[in-house]
Amino acid sequence: MKVLVAVKRVVDPNVTIRLKPDGSGVDLAGAKMVMNPFDEIAIEEAVRLREVGEAQEVVAVSVGPGETVETLRTALAMGADRARLIRTDTLIEPLGVSKVLKALIDDEAPDLVFLGKQAIDDDMNATGQMLAALLDWPQATFASEIVVKEGAIEVAREVDGGTQTVVLKLPAVVTTDLRLNTPRYASLPNIMKAKRKPVDEITPDALNADVEPRLTVLAVKDAPRRVGGRKVGSTAELVSALRTEAGAL
Amino acid sequence: MTTLCLAEHHNGVLSVATARALTAASALDGPVHLLVVGEKPIEVAANAARLVGVEKVLCSDAAALAHLMPEPTAALIANLADSYDAIVAPSTATWKSVLPRVAALLDVMYISDVTAVVAADTFERPIYAGNAIQTVRSNDRIRVLTVRTAVFAVAPEGSDAPVEMIEATIACDDRATFLGEAITRCERPDLATARIVISGGRGMQSKENFRTLIEPVADKLGAAIGASRAAVDAGYAPNDQQVGQTGKVVAPDLYIAVGISGAIQHLAGMKDSKVIVAINKDVDAPIFRIADYGLVADLVTALPELQSQLE
Repeated sequence: MKVLVAVKRVVDPNVTIRLKPDGSGVDLAGAKMVMNPFDEIAIEEAVRLREVGEAQEVVAVSVGPGETVETLRTALAMGADRARLIRTDTLIEPLGVSKVLKALIDDEAPDLVFLGKQAIDDDMNATGQMLAALLDWPQATFASEIVVKEGAIEVAREVDGGTQTVVLKLPAVVTTDLRLNTPRYASLPNIMKAKRKPVDEITPDALNADVEPRLTVLAVKDAPRRVGGRKVGSTAELVSALRTEAGAL
Repeated sequence: MTTLCLAEHHNGVLSVATARALTAASALDGPVHLLVVGEKPIEVAANAARLVGVEKVLCSDAAALAHLMPEPTAALIANLADSYDAIVAPSTATWKSVLPRVAALLDVMYISDVTAVVAADTFERPIYAGNAIQTVRSNDRIRVLTVRTAVFAVAPEGSDAPVEMIEATIACDDRATFLGEAITRCERPDLATARIVISGGRGMQSKENFRTLIEPVADKLGAAIGASRAAVDAGYAPNDQQVGQTGKVVAPDLYIAVGISGAIQHLAGMKDSKVIVAINKDVDAPIFRIADYGLVADLVTALPELQSQLE
């Protein structure tokens, strides 16, 4: 089985983002960039499948500018066998990314495609589902457990009231949720080995993928800032304040 | 322009999320049709027909749609899309799974977690864990969006719209089969829509403490129970109680954070609450910076005290 994992390079989730003064977007200059945390979970799951012999090859894929190679090297250091960069300097929406990935997948013919459930920058939670639609493959989003069966996978999904389990025939698309696994840290020897693993580059044009954006970002502004209130000295004071001051009880 | 709004419901009961999504759909200017599919759809459709703002309820009781599997559900909605300029759904696990699939089938972009409707084609939505708000305009023929229900008012009842059964035959897609589910059904209000939420964090230290310390207070307040990611990861609370950027986003009248330090990702899930209370023994916990009322105390003593104060 071949597993293809799509990863995204994003701003480190612990970084406080700065906005451009003209309101046009987020200022990424000098910001620390990492692999999207959900995508790390996706790479980890794929590598585990290969380690137990369910998968024979793990291919990491990303869409982005040249620096994205660093993110792919992280995937390789975690255990992916090879990587493919679809190189573009323009901002691509999930619809565009899914078209690019579809073209790649038509070529690579994996049995399983993993993506993180959402990117922590745009929080769209869309690419996996869109890709599944374009491929006309079954999908399982928010996976918290994956069990490989004969020609199929059993996936436990995190849903609003608890967990739902579905069975998907392969090939299929799965998006990963937080509790699927805990990703490994790449060891130094593996980081060194990753430098020699193959990374090939291609452009969206070469894949005949239409990546024209459909949304225009009119503005990006700060979220309303919440200002703290006061400390209370006891639970009695708290209850009193909530009743009389805040009218919350 | 006409909008198709998708109903969220469970076990024959319409979720209040539907009435909130309807408010958002109505803001797009134009009639709204409500689509009811899933389990016990006919029962739900009859209730949905009473919501003010619904011109017509469309209903399908096709067996293939009983569990709202994305493959047949998205196919059905895509087939209906020709008659609509917008498709709106509450931002729930079901619709977050289905709607992007619909958008791609229609070759249009999808817009998730809309927090404000600026115009029929322009929306606000949070990015970077809610630390920034982006305003986007859709250039597509049809707008496909999920809305963050907490920010929209509940559409009232009082109407009597016609219910139309959909004739379309939807075949079961045997490539994806529903196997089972483990859903916590309980007496407490639904976390996503509760008026009061009390959440426990890593400071709770055990599942047992959630039961003996948080639950009695929640009972007294008629509150829903939430948890931080750390608490869920540690096994103190189930995953569907997680409040945060990648869990549930809530905006209750009162949010009580107990033993929660206040990481950005947790704040993303509750910072729009009307009143925030934090109880934490660490005076430097970041949560105190945004709490309206902060109590620096050990939750082990504070919670039972709070419980008796609420008698």
